[in-house]
Amino acid sequence: MSEPTQPKGSDDPAQVAAFEARIARGETIEPKDWMPERYRRQLVRMMSQHAHSEVVGMLPEGNWITRAPSLRRKISLLAKVQDEAGHGLYIYCGTETLGVDRAELIDQLLAGTAKYSSIFNYPTLTWADMGAIGWLVDGAAIVNQTMLAHASFGPYARAMVRICKEENFHKRQGYEIMATLAAGTPAQKAMAQDALDRWWWPSLMMFGPSDKESPNSAELLRWKIKQKGNDELRQRFVNLTVPQAAAIGLHIPDPLLTLDKETGDWEFGPIDWNEFMQVISGNGPCNRERLAARRKAHADGAWVRDAAVAHAAKDAARSAA
Amino acid sequence: MLFNYLLRLGDDRLVLGHRLSEWCGHGPILEEDIAAANIALDLLGQASMFLKYAGEVEGKGRDADALAYWRDETQFRNVQLVELPNGDYGFTILRQFLVSAWAYHHLGALAASADETLAGMAAKALKETRYHLRHSAEWVVRLGDGTDESHGRMQRALDELWPWTGELSWQHEVDAALRSEGIVPDLAALRGPFEAMAKEQFARATLVLPDGPMRMTGGRLGRHTEHLGHMLAEMQIVARSHPGAQW
Repeated sequence: MSEPTQPKGSDDPAQVAAFEARIARGETIEPKDWMPERYRRQLVRMMSQHAHSEVVGMLPEGNWITRAPSLRRKISLLAKVQDEAGHGLYIYCGTETLGVDRAELIDQLLAGTAKYSSIFNYPTLTWADMGAIGWLVDGAAIVNQTMLAHASFGPYARAMVRICKEENFHKRQGYEIMATLAAGTPAQKAMAQDALDRWWWPSLMMFGPSDKESPNSAELLRWKIKQKGNDELRQRFVNLTVPQAAAIGLHIPDPLLTLDKETGDWEFGPIDWNEFMQVISGNGPCNRERLAARRKAHADGAWVRDAAVAHAAKDAARSAA
Repeated sequence: MLFNYLLRLGDDRLVLGHRLSEWCGHGPILEEDIAAANIALDLLGQASMFLKYAGEVEGKGRDADALAYWRDETQFRNVQLVELPNGDYGFTILRQFLVSAWAYHHLGALAASADETLAGMAAKALKETRYHLRHSAEWVVRLGDGTDESHGRMQRALDELWPWTGELSWQHEVDAALRSEGIVPDLAALRGPFEAMAKEQFARATLVLPDGPMRMTGGRLGRHTEHLGHMLAEMQIVARSHPGAQW
């Protein structure tokens, strides 16, 4: 008779208690440390969603590289999208420390069973969207990732520190695009306002449902994978962004937006969570196109990957001979 | 004369950089998305540099953007090889190897130009080109020597692309005039080393160089394939829709 094995998801209570004590003391968990299976699975879920978001996020901005209106803008947009590829690669490597390889995660993305940030299912319709995405989407990502840089899992926290530096640069670049457009011709200013109108609410949705509705929040907070709730982070983003819009003469598309003088918070109107649910269930404006583009790239590249493996094997055989 | 020559240098890099940037987000593997974007960024940076200098030499107040976004296809001076659509990744990487191998020799010679500005720019671009050459050469071998399918694809790409390379060493009176002043090299003298480098790499990749004739040329005179107009229409649409706007 074989040794009884620990069923997945039901860890030894003594080990769990020791683990939670480490978390409570603010210690960092490293890949070789013991961790509850649920902790590992939550991290794989979050990190792979993050990596997929970087990779799928290349598509809406990639849509404008070939039409960027000046050489400087073309180069900086291409460099930004390249950074996203680098972030994706870096986080996929982080998940490998948890025993899940990249190919498996990519298969989940292509099969449509893995999630990625819902905002990338919206279309990029004008050049101003490159400004709005940098400013709002990267801006929201920074608020979230600055918090994740203190996550209890070491490889993820370190990845966030590095990624945040680049995201800050992207955000400034996006805001500068918006500022230039807002100070430009009437057509350019209208383009900037239209982009803000379309990207504002989806950016607020990026933080996820209210903590009361978020199925994962309590556990993530307890294990210090996350340090702050979705609503608190969303509020921080709104507080940062409202004055930035005012500074360049753009109007936030929310008639209920008001400053609470006591708390200093900008109170905002209700978020359309029905729209959010529609988009994350696959019915957003571009869900099908984004997945189709990833699947096509993967299928078209199969012969290249196969050839690289075959050549490496031949090389190894030759040097062994 | 020098203006015309700088347009060639700038346009080759602008058009190829643009073509490579079309791969961004669609590459066969994430590492190659990053590498292709790296090469595209270098090429676009070089294009900006050569076109800026072209505008200064011309002396009519045109900057690199004016030259990139406000010329029509008949005013572009790139070789036709770089404007061909990307094809599969093998076609793209093989073209990159051919262009990089040529640029390696061409820039190496231009780094000794009597025009110090041009010499400095060529030396800077040469450093980047060494990396492009190494990266694309490795992939040519990997794919040529990989599977039966990849070998077949690469051989077909080489059969298609090689006849376009004749234009790389094409010369006319612009070259003669600048050569007499020591500003540019004799391209005919670069042809041998370029072909030797290509042949050596293709042998390692188990690919056979086709022996048919070179294609008719015209890019240096502003006569292009039907593909360039479509590419420029896309590249220039936003800039041209807003005359006088700053970005």
